[in-house]
Parts: sequence; C-alpha cells; structure tokens
Amino acid sequence: MADTVVRTRKQPSAAGPPRSVGRLPRAAVHHPWWFALPAIAVFAGFFLVPNLLNFYYPFTDWSSYHADIAFTGLDNFRTIADDGSLLRAIRTTLVYALLAALFQNGFGLVLALLLEDDSRFNRFFRAVFFLPVLISALATGYVFQALLDQDGAVNSVLGTDIPWLGSTTWTLVIVTLIHGWKWMGLAMLIYLAGLKGIPGDMLEAARIDGAGPWRTFWSVRWPMLAPAVTFNVTTALIGSMNTFDIVQATTGGGPAASTEVFNIYMFRIFGQGLYAQASAMSLVLFLVVVAVAIPLVVGLRRREQLL
Amino acid sequence: MTPVWRYGRPALVLLLAGLAVGVPLWLVAVTSAKPQAEAIKPNLDLPRHWQPAANYADALGEGEMLRGFLNSLLVVVPSVVLVLILGAGAAWVFARRKSRLVSAAYALCISGLLLPPAVITIVMELRQLGLAGTRPGMIAVYTGMYLSTSIFFMTGFIRAIPTELEEAARMDGATPSRIFWRIVLPLLRPVIATATIMVMLYAWSDVFYAFFVLGGGDRATLPLNLYQVASAQLYLNNWHLVFAYVVVMSLPMVAVFLVGQRKIVSGITSGAVK
Repeated sequence: MADTVVRTRKQPSAAGPPRSVGRLPRAAVHHPWWFALPAIAVFAGFFLVPNLLNFYYPFTDWSSYHADIAFTGLDNFRTIADDGSLLRAIRTTLVYALLAALFQNGFGLVLALLLEDDSRFNRFFRAVFFLPVLISALATGYVFQALLDQDGAVNSVLGTDIPWLGSTTWTLVIVTLIHGWKWMGLAMLIYLAGLKGIPGDMLEAARIDGAGPWRTFWSVRWPMLAPAVTFNVTTALIGSMNTFDIVQATTGGGPAASTEVFNIYMFRIFGQGLYAQASAMSLVLFLVVVAVAIPLVVGLRRREQLL
Repeated sequence: MTPVWRYGRPALVLLLAGLAVGVPLWLVAVTSAKPQAEAIKPNLDLPRHWQPAANYADALGEGEMLRGFLNSLLVVVPSVVLVLILGAGAAWVFARRKSRLVSAAYALCISGLLLPPAVITIVMELRQLGLAGTRPGMIAVYTGMYLSTSIFFMTGFIRAIPTELEEAARMDGATPSRIFWRIVLPLLRPVIATATIMVMLYAWSDVFYAFFVLGGGDRATLPLNLYQVASAQLYLNNWHLVFAYVVVMSLPMVAVFLVGQRKIVSGITSGAVK
C-alpha cells in the first residue's frame, strides 16, 4: 500500500491534487473504511440492534415464566396503560427532566458567574464544586438519604421532624434538586468556557457605552452564551430522562410511586420477571426521548443562529 | 467593582461551598468513622468513638469490596481502551472523508448521545450470544453505549487538525496504519484525556446497566456491591459501612480527576462549546 501512495506524488498536480490513486478513490487509500468498521460493528451490535429489537419484544409475552416467546400484540401496552403506570411514568419523567435541567443549569450558571475570574481562590473552588460530579450518582443518593431522612442529619441540625422524602408532591422536586446538585459542576465548567469565549473588546465596548453589570449580562454575555446553553440544556434534559441511581437510592420510586421514572419502573418490573412489559416501557422511553430531543436540538440550534 | 462585591463574592463562594459541598462530604467522612450505634441516626456530630479502621475493614470483608474493586477494574479498563481506540479510528475516517455515506454513518454513530440504550433487549441479545452475566458482555455494552461520546468529541477535534501533518508523513511513504498510530493518536492526547474521564465517570459509577447485565454474584462491580450493602441497610442500619464504601468508590475518580485536571477541563470545554 505504501507504494501506491507514494505514486500520488509523482502525478502532475497542475489541476489540483489527484483525486484517485490507481483505480481507488484517494480517500479510500488514505483513510480506509476499515478504521471505522470495528467501531461501527460494536455500536451497531450492542446499541442499534437492541434498540431495533425493542420494537419487537414489547409485542410479545417474553417473561421469566415460560420458555417460548409468542406474539401478543398490544397486550403489554394495554396493561401498563390500564394500571396507570404508563402515564404516570411519562409525567414523572418529564417533570423530573425539566426540573433537573432547570436546577443543574441554574446552579451551574450562578457558580460560573461567581467563579469567573482566573484567581487561585476561584480555581480551587471550581474543583470543590466539581467534586459532586466525581461521586457516583448512587453514592450521592445515599448521602442525601442520610441527610434528608426523617431521622437524618438535616432534621437533627434544624431540630425539626420533617419527612423530606415522604411527600407525594414535593419529594420529586427534592430529588431533582439533588440531581441538579450532582451535575452543577459540569454545567459550571461549560458556562465558564462560554464566558471565556466572549471577546474582551465586546465587554469593553459595552462598558464604554455605559452598560452596568446587569445590562452587560442580559445584552451581551447571556446571548453570547447561547452555544453553552444549547449544550447544557440538551444534555441535561435528555440525560435526566435516563435517570436511575439518584432516585433509586433516595426514594426507590416512592412514596406511592410518585417518583417512579421510566428506569425505576423497568428495574422493578424486570426484577419481577415481566421482561416484555419492561421492554414496552423502554420503547415508550425511547419514543419520548426522540419526541423531546428532535424539536429541542432543532429549536436551540435555530436560536443560536439568530443571535 | 464595588467594594461590597469584592469581599462579598468570596464570602458567598465560601458559604455556598461549605453548605452545598462541605456538609454532605463532612457527613460522609464522620459517619464512615463512627460505630454502628452512633451511625444509626446520621448526623453531623464528630464520632464519640472513632473506629474508621474497623469500618473500612468491615466493608472490605462483609461487602467484599476488594472483589468488587477488581471486578470494576476488569470491566471499566477494557471498556475505556476499546472506546478510545475504536472511537479514534472511526473519528479519523469520519473527520477526513466526505460523502453521503460517511455523514450518514457519523450521524448514526453519534445517535447514542441522545438515544437511550434499550437495556431490556440488550439482556435478551446477550443471552442469545451467551454473554449474559459475563465481563465481555458488560464490556460490549459499555463500549457500545459510550462510543458515541468519544466519536463525537474526537471527530470535532480531528477536523481542527491540519491535514498537512498527515500529508507530510504520506510523502515519506507512511501507510494509513502508521499515520494513524504515529500521528493521529498522539495528536489526540488532549481529547483522549477528556473521553477517558467521561467514560470512566459513567462506567465506574454505573449500577443500572451492571444490574441488568451482570446481576449480583461473583462478577458484581463496586456500585452493585454498594447497592447490595445499602439494600441490606433496611434490616441492619449500616450507614457506617455504606459511607466507608462511598469513600472507597469515590477516591479513584477524584484521583483521576486531580491527575488529569487541566486537560480534562480544556477538553470538555473545547468539545462542548465551539
């Protein structure tokens, strides 16, 4: 192969570089497909194929109770719709994703603005606020369970007796706050990068024009942060729809299934051996993510281009 | 800058760091050093009786922490290596070639950034392949899941590298493999650092996929062990052991971060915000 490539050099390059070497197109010689094939094979085999299978198994009676798998049509979907778990999981997951994205980005942006200047003090505290990102979500969940338990540390400090994780309305919000806490460091880093990317003369110009800190923020810095916002909001929304560990560790889906997001449901039902039913929920999660992700990415990209 | 803000800002940072990060970490540290009787109701008090050594030894013994640690290493390290090498090869082709087919393959390969893995049918497929409950099965699942991240970061990075370097090597008669190993991979070092930490971060702490693929048993990874220790908690109230576990599980990630901090930060940011 070396020898064919060397020949490119000898061809006259009057009309630009040669497009082919021998009979092969140039690209096929210089960047052959077989460098990409192993990755494509693994990705297809262990990501795409399971996702395709996920369009078949929800329509069967696959479970741990019988050996054969038979086609049963919409039975599984009817079951999860009738017992209320389908709508509840959709609602809970969407609320979770929305609040988690809000908190994660809110905390991240505030931290980035507080720690913007490159001093030694700020660099140290950026690392401190990044620590929760490094601690596993499961561990995070247990830490907050110990903090928020009725017998836990927060109540013992405040001298109160509040069941923080026992409310069917507010516990979901608290769990999303914990999610925001765990990931705020990552959002902070990306906002910091966005803030650094704003040209200094632009801020200078705003200052000369007499803009105060608030005006500069809303008219210059916030719009210039658009790419960071796009990235952060998208990853936070989509990522938190796939949440599991924090919820499992703090509430296990309770109280009264009020925090039962898709993955908690799948985990529980799979444990009961109802594989096809869990797979049906997994297909719904897939469809919900696609339905949220496509308009979100398209919309945020368009917003970036407008600015 | 007003003087109020000059002193107010660091004070606010200190307060936030103390409340938001300090308190939870303090709770972990003191509880992991308490005897069980003191740890039943977790609080922020210093242990009246210090016994960190006994707790960590207990976690090692009862929680089979060492085995979990080894199991975690045995699936996470190969997954990271595969994600990096396979991802770099694919990213090189995707960044340098231009055709409809290439764009389609690229789009497909990074679809994993958004789409959720179909965890239930992964189990089905692994059973049919005879990989259910095995480390190769777990490695395949992690690699498939996190390839998108590395391909996305690396493709963007390679596009920014001038092609002249590769051309010069080609003039000297280097084959594509040689160019890939000797030129492209070394140039990718900063983004490799980022991809490593991202994949390690996810795979090291994953309990969801490990539960479906590996289950409990001999091959359980650290987070699965932690889950089991904490689930037994209902009957035993083992907060002291749970938090000893949390410390041991978190330290490797903190160490990796401290070693690679500079590169990680620059890599994450240059990949995400361009």
